[in-house]
Parts: sequence; structure tokens; C-alpha cells
Amino acid sequence: MALLDLGDALGLALREEMRRDPRVYCIGEDIVLGLPFGVTKGLVDEFGAERVLNAPISEAAIVGSAMGAALTGLVPVVDMHFADFVTCAMDEVVNQIAKSRYMFGGQLDCPLTLRMPYGIGRSGGGHHSNSVEAWFVNTPGLKVCIPSTPADARGLLKTAIRDPDPVLVFEHRGLYRVTGEVPEAETLVPLGVADVKRPGRDATVIATARMVHASLEAARRLAEEGIEVEVVDPRSLVPLDRETLAASVRRTSRVVIAEEGPRRASVGAWLAWVIMEDCFDDLDAPIARVAAPDVPIPFSPPLEAFVTPGADDVVAALRQALK
Amino acid sequence: MAPAPDLLLGMYAGMLRVRLVEERVRELFATGRLPGFLHTSIGQEACAVGACAALRADDYVLSTHRGHGHLIAKGGSLRGLMAELYGKANGVCHGKGGSMHLADASVNYLGANGVLAAGCVLAPGVGLSIRRRGSTQVVVTFFGDGAANRGPFHEGVNLAAIWTLPVVFFCENNRWASSTASSLSAAGGSIAARAAGYGIPGETVDGNDVLAVWEATARAVLRARRGEGPSLIEARTIRWVGHFEGDPQAYRTKAEVEEGRRTDPIARLRRLLEARGLLDAAHAERVGAGIVAELEDAVAHAEASPLPAPRDALTDLFAYYPWSG
Repeated sequence: MALLDLGDALGLALREEMRRDPRVYCIGEDIVLGLPFGVTKGLVDEFGAERVLNAPISEAAIVGSAMGAALTGLVPVVDMHFADFVTCAMDEVVNQIAKSRYMFGGQLDCPLTLRMPYGIGRSGGGHHSNSVEAWFVNTPGLKVCIPSTPADARGLLKTAIRDPDPVLVFEHRGLYRVTGEVPEAETLVPLGVADVKRPGRDATVIATARMVHASLEAARRLAEEGIEVEVVDPRSLVPLDRETLAASVRRTSRVVIAEEGPRRASVGAWLAWVIMEDCFDDLDAPIARVAAPDVPIPFSPPLEAFVTPGADDVVAALRQALK
Repeated sequence: MAPAPDLLLGMYAGMLRVRLVEERVRELFATGRLPGFLHTSIGQEACAVGACAALRADDYVLSTHRGHGHLIAKGGSLRGLMAELYGKANGVCHGKGGSMHLADASVNYLGANGVLAAGCVLAPGVGLSIRRRGSTQVVVTFFGDGAANRGPFHEGVNLAAIWTLPVVFFCENNRWASSTASSLSAAGGSIAARAAGYGIPGETVDGNDVLAVWEATARAVLRARRGEGPSLIEARTIRWVGHFEGDPQAYRTKAEVEEGRRTDPIARLRRLLEARGLLDAAHAERVGAGIVAELEDAVAHAEASPLPAPRDALTDLFAYYPWSG
């Protein structure tokens, strides 16, 4: 085991996959220097400028060209810089990439990975903070994963790169410098396999990315009161490991769903329906949710702090679910 | 570059093939045999056929919503196309694409497209792939005058130019973006002139002259194969029919369609072939009859083919489904 931060774990995954498969290349804005989060820093030294492509600020062309390359034999890994900027390439992601296999009757593989740095923090403001994963969960034809630990980040990104279909990897930018144990051996994390981050018998929190850490903190606090909270991280949203989620809920009968994105029509709203469908008879209380209010992410620190869900919110939701 | 007789005859047959297929498709659509929307390229055949005549079989084509001609000119099977237009299970995309969203990977036809200029950003990636593989293939992306006003056109041309990629941007300027005149929507009066802003060759050709189209494309393809980068071709043409089948075309005059018919690219090439003694009435009759036979075989095949099983709507989303739900 090596202690790595999440950003370095992602960089390790990129290096491993680029060494393994010469078809893999990275493309994005400022990626030669590794801006803005350091993940791709130094890749150019090992793999050269033909495989670490600093693109013009042309999101449609970056993402669209990745699809053209993927359809014809390469394996692109796109760095979206900030997930917010995917709006400038929505046609390419939603109409082209997501639909190519289906519309063409399965004739062509589209093995591309979109790395989506996202999330609230450090007064990023309205164009650099958003949780946009729900848009893509709602787009058939895309796989979506969202790691919370360095080991998961490395393993999921490697799996995403090897997948013959498009995969979006949501990387919370508040987690890049969070450290964790990463196996020395090459380890893949499959899509569609949830992970129980902390076992417990009294309530289940289903959380993604930064909210996994907030939920673990909430679980530690409630443990002091003798309440044992289970924290389950789906790790991938499409495909979703419904069995692991349902198994946890059947043990605990009480559920909190915690996410950082806005509350309305969100991933959490969908997961609440999944739990309702799979476990309605097992529930002893209504499902409680933690999410951001339905406003854009504001700039000023007190405003930003107000809309950012955290451990306090998870504790409050757990108390509600435990009533 | 003087075209060989075989090439001239091939382009004649190619244009006639596109024309006869699309006229037949219009009839089938009018009688309710085909679902969906239909956009035909009748009158514009010289663009698809002239451009594709300059390509190798392993070159790539990206197409548009008006893409039957591109597919046929690239060598796609009429059976696969026709069954797809009927929405049949053995269509080239198993009935999931239809007229506007079909690809035929067997001839490197990477897709018609329901979104204008979408191919302009896919093309540089195809070019990157060609270069990484050390191949001398090229990619041609077709688009219309309307698409040249969308951002992806500019982003795609810029990227292909800055990275010297083997791409031919082929604009079929038929004067109308749906019902909006190009003169009222495209600034500067010339799409080809936009190439100058990106430092690449831009050329305007008579899009109803298949030889001019072939020559311009052959130049651009040669440049791309030599690793000298992309080119932009603007072929000025006239669509004889509406934007879609059923379009009342209140936005334009009958005189424009008459102008199109006067400059019919097929009649034009036929006159040239006859003048050179390469084609006579009997030969032309045989060419037409051969196409009709192939076309009617494709129609009969499509008519006789099964519709997809409804639950097949749930297949082809991913290469494999490693999960249950």
C-alpha cells in the first residue's frame, strides 16, 4: 500500500493505462502543465506531446474530436477542466457520444472517458462549482462514476478507460488533496459495485464523493451516542449496484441520501425512488435527504458555506430518519 | 488532372444512382411506406458523388441530415439503406437510426447527423486517429451553408488547422438553411473565404459540375494525404426539392428550382460523355436499368424484411451490461 492523494491516484491511473495501451491519449485545456488540479502534470515527459494534447479552448472540438478518435481506433481521456464547461460541449456529449452506439445499431465502439472536475469549494462561484452529474445520469448511453477515495479513483478511472463505451468520471475538486491507501498492485474497481465505507446497524447513509467523507464524520459523531450508521458509497451511478444498497437498507430500515448537488430532480431524488421501489416494505421511516438548496453556487464565503451540505446536515437528516 | 473515361462513367452512374434512389424514396414516403422525416438531395448529387469519387474505400465520411447521397456515393449497400429507411430490423442500424442518424461502418461512413455542423468537430478526431495510426487515410465532413454559422464549424476548422490534420471540410451551399436564405444568415457572402481566417486553402466550386467538385476534392485530399493539413471547399448547388418532404417552399421562387433543373449535374455530365463518344442512348439505358434493378431489389428486400421486435428498443445501448438493473 502507498499513501497517495486522490489527484495523484488519478495521475497514476493515467500513467498505467497509457503505458499499457498506446491508443490511450489525454486531451484538454492546459493539461501539459497539469492545470488546474495537477492530475496530468508530468505526463508529457513520459508520453510526449502527441499523447498529451493541449487543446485550444474549444470544448465542442475537444469533446467532439475525442468521439471521432474513439470511433476510429483511439482511446481518448478528456480533461473537462471544470465540469461546468461541459455545457459548451453538450451536443457532443448528449447527442453524439451517448447515442452513437445505439443509433448506429451497435456498429461502432466509442471508448472514451470524460474526466469531470466538479464541486463546491474555495469560492469558485457560479461557473466553477456545480454538481452536474444528474444531467448525465439522465442521459441514456453514458456510464457515470464518482469516486470518494484515492484507491477508488484510480481503480474506477482505469476501468473507465478500458470500457468500450463512454464513461464520465466525476472528480470532486475538494478531494484532490485527500490522501488514502492505494494498492501497489494494479487494481481495477468495476463499474456497478458499491462499497460499504463503514458498517452499521441503525441507519444507512448513501453518499457520493465529498459527502461520503461528511457522512463518515456524521457516523463518528453519532457513534459517540451509541448509534451505528452504515455509509454506502455507490461509486458508480450508471450502472448502479442496487443490490448492495438494498441489502444495507434491509439491515437498517432507515435511510439518508446525501449529495452535494441541488435538491430538485437530482441523483438523490432518483436514488430515493430506487430505494422506495426495492425496499418499501423494509423502511421504518421516510427517506431523508441532504442536498444543496436550489440556487446557483454563490461566491461570498458565508453564502457558499450556507449552501454547502456537510456533516451537520447529515447528522440532522439521520436524526430525522431515526425518529 | 484529367479524369479517365471509367471515372467519368462511374460518376455518371453514381449520380444517377443517388437520383433514382431518392426519387423512389420520395414516392415511398408519399405513400406512407416510410416513417419519420425525409430530407433528399435531389439536384445536389454532384457534391456527394464528385467528392466521394476522390476518395479511397478506406477514407472516412461524416455526413448530414441530407445524407443518403453521401452514403450511396461512399459505397453503402442499398439494401441496408432502404431497410433502415423502412425501420426494419435488418436495416444498417437495425431500425434505430433512420434517415437522419444512420451510419455504415463497413464503408467508413461515420454517420448522418441530425445536428448541423456536428461532424465538423468529430472530423479532427478522426484525423488525429489517422495520424496516430500512421495511415494515409483522410476524412471528409459534409455540412451545409446553415451549419457554417454554428460554433462547431469554427472550432473544428481551427483545431484541424492548428494541428495540420487530414480533414476536408466540404460545404454544400444550397442557398437555404431550412427556409432561411444563406444571404440573410451567413456574413461575408462566402463560406470558402472563412478558410483564410484559419490559414488554410478555401475554394468555391460549381457544385452542379461534378468534374469541378471532383478536381477540388482531389486537390484537398492530396494535400491531406501528404500531411499538409485541412482544406475547405464550398460547392454552390441548388436543391430542387423542399428542406423536408412536404415543405411547401413558400420562401423561394419557382425560378430557382428551374435554374437548378437547367444546371442538372446529371444531364450536364451526360452531354459531355455523349460529346466525347463515351456514352450513347443504348449504354445509358443499360446503366439506368441496372440501377433500377438494384434499387427495386432493395425496395423488395425492405418490404419483405421484418420489423424489429419492440423489446429490441432496449438493446445496443452499451457493448455489455455488467449489471442487472
